[in-house]
Amino acid sequence: MANEQIQYVTAPKVDDNRKKYCRFKKNGIKYIDYKDANFLLKFVNDQGKVLPRRLTGTSLKFQRKVAQAVKRARHIGLLPYVTDSLK
Amino acid sequence: MQQYETVIVLTPLLSEETAKEAIAKYSKLLTDVGAEIVQEDNWGLKKLAYPIQKKTTGYYHLTEYRAPGDLINKLEIEFRRDERVLRFLTIALDKHATAYNEKKRSGAFNQKKTVKAEEAAK
Repeated sequence: MANEQIQYVTAPKVDDNRKKYCRFKKNGIKYIDYKDANFLLKFVNDQGKVLPRRLTGTSLKFQRKVAQAVKRARHIGLLPYVTDSLK
Repeated sequence: MQQYETVIVLTPLLSEETAKEAIAKYSKLLTDVGAEIVQEDNWGLKKLAYPIQKKTTGYYHLTEYRAPGDLINKLEIEFRRDERVLRFLTIALDKHATAYNEKKRSGAFNQKKTVKAEEAAK
């Protein structure tokens, strides 16, 4: 009884404080190709949903381009709209 | 003349040459009106991420062309009328997109295109 596990009510927030950066600005990528499905997989979680900026760290301008490209890829059947185990 | 890029997904049921013939019909329709085809890319049969009209594979074809703006509407009406075409997507290309396609054609990406690669350096 003495050594029962300490149960956290909420998960301990591990703050990975590595500086997030926008990979598009850093690498000078200007155009995100909607036909390049496996490049877009990096910005989609395993349910096929677009990852938020706070996780990927991309700037607003390129986050919109990524979202636009993912939606176009979904339209022509390269990316699923919803799935359970994408990766 | 604005530059456009169209991807069409044809039903996999039709054989190779009927697919080619359908595509030839559209490129002819483009060139008749004076559009200039920059590049045609045939991806062939690919697996779809989700079934479209109960089919799980599609015959992909990409056409990049320079055309007057009013042609796009006529082209898309043709696509809607044709039941062989499962999906179509027409995009107007801006200068970054045309530069990207140019670089892709010139094989600047042939080496393993890791996102971290100094693509900007080229």
